[in-house]
Amino acid sequence: MSRTRDRSPVIVGIGLSDAPIAPHLSAEEHHAQALQRALADCGMAKADIDGYASAAIVGGDAVAMAEYLGIDHRWIDGTMTGGSAFEFHVQHAAAAIRDGVCDTVLITYGSDYFTRLGRALGTGHGAAASTLTGPAMFHTPYGLSLVGAYAMVAQRHMHQYGTTSEQLAEIAVGVREFAGLNSHAQYRDPITVADVLASRMIADPLHKLDCCVVSDGGGAVIMTTAERAADLRQPGVHVLAAGGAQTHWNISQMPDLTTSAAARFVDTLYATAGVTPADIDTIQLYDSFTITVLLLLEDLGFCPKGEGGRFVEEGHLRRGGRLPMNTDGGGLSASHSGMRGIFLIIEAVRQLRGQAGDMQVPNCEVALAAGSGGWLSAIGAVILGKEAG
Amino acid sequence: MNDLPITPMDVVELDPAGRPMPAPDASSQPFFAAAARGELIYQRCPTCDHAQHYPRMMCTACAATPQWRRATGVGQVYSFTVIRQNGLAPFKNELPYVLALVELPEGVRMMGTLTGCDPGDVRIGMAVEAYAAKLADEVALVYWRPVAGG
Repeated sequence: MSRTRDRSPVIVGIGLSDAPIAPHLSAEEHHAQALQRALADCGMAKADIDGYASAAIVGGDAVAMAEYLGIDHRWIDGTMTGGSAFEFHVQHAAAAIRDGVCDTVLITYGSDYFTRLGRALGTGHGAAASTLTGPAMFHTPYGLSLVGAYAMVAQRHMHQYGTTSEQLAEIAVGVREFAGLNSHAQYRDPITVADVLASRMIADPLHKLDCCVVSDGGGAVIMTTAERAADLRQPGVHVLAAGGAQTHWNISQMPDLTTSAAARFVDTLYATAGVTPADIDTIQLYDSFTITVLLLLEDLGFCPKGEGGRFVEEGHLRRGGRLPMNTDGGGLSASHSGMRGIFLIIEAVRQLRGQAGDMQVPNCEVALAAGSGGWLSAIGAVILGKEAG
Repeated sequence: MNDLPITPMDVVELDPAGRPMPAPDASSQPFFAAAARGELIYQRCPTCDHAQHYPRMMCTACAATPQWRRATGVGQVYSFTVIRQNGLAPFKNELPYVLALVELPEGVRMMGTLTGCDPGDVRIGMAVEAYAAKLADEVALVYWRPVAGG
């Protein structure tokens, strides 16, 4: 294929709204500010956008946000899989761009979660009294919390594979080290494994510091063709492969509490990208909880099933390790405004462009970003490359 | 599976004031009503033998209409957690409490509150039996407790 007709999908623009605490912005304004910054980043005009994708936990969904932002689209995707929605959006947008359905796709997320609702996401607030319908009838009456669902996964992984609280804590410690380098991170002071273990238990075996923060924040990603990217301000970051799958929605329906849906598409993902896990230079993994990271590490082939704890203990994910993870400080320390999938993609792009400053991974050529939505329910992953595959 | 005795569940009253209340649809109504009578039931497909819970109008494996079967009323803890923080009433007044995912010999898992032992003594694989926590005439939740002497 000649360069001038190359419809390979690339990411050209990225933008973050004010974070981690931004009481001056509504959810919609987070979308808008992130979009302004993504346009400035790549030098495109808003009128160039002809495709749009978005998902919301607070604020408007895709059609409402298309109106707010004034997007004149001929392709729209409101896929809502929870935190992984944005990896699914990239997958769908890549196909749409390749097929010529549209040329330039905007993906946005925006949330004023912390400002509007405080730290209630993981364990709730107010009263549970309500009339229940559907699957909620089979868990809500028992007082299941969001943290509790992940705790049951961690408990089972520990039972089956001997994973320890110390090993899970190591994930939080490594991510905090990166957060210390990010002036926009919510928590920056270094922590130790002992600190994690000494933090109060929320739902056994998950401690407070095994859980992500709750923040405000939004992001925007602009994708277009490699042809169009040639004369833009930033080099295009190539979408080498994207995959997604779902095993369940409610935690009671998860077929195997120790295996996520990533295991279902991992082989196709690497085959499509033409790389192996050994070729990945940095990973941006959904870290709603430390256990989320552990399952994704195993299911994405970075270590065999059950050996995630030992793998983490060996320090590979730390700054200076061979597979630095969540180099912006992650959801565990930097920001988590309800659904974090778009931030994983933005950080991967920053790394591949070589624009990550103190957090830069040396010689970063290939990155993997993987989001988890729901209760480890719907997993979406993308492999991004500095060069075309 | 069919050799195991079917044990009726004990039924205890649970004050519904301030608690979330299931409003069953036609597919789930038999489950909640049976529980209120002390019977634990689950769905099995007459066409493909797939067992499922929570109840649905159709078999998730083959789309046929499932049938109801009595369950033995016992199971093993597949996983659990001790909830130590929950900002929602009424649960915030009941901390800490144990939530378990219980694997039934019939081939389904059920989530429920586990009572009758110290949270620190709960183990995966522990033998448990179901009992009913009745919220209304035809609505009971399924709770679990260690099998006596188990």
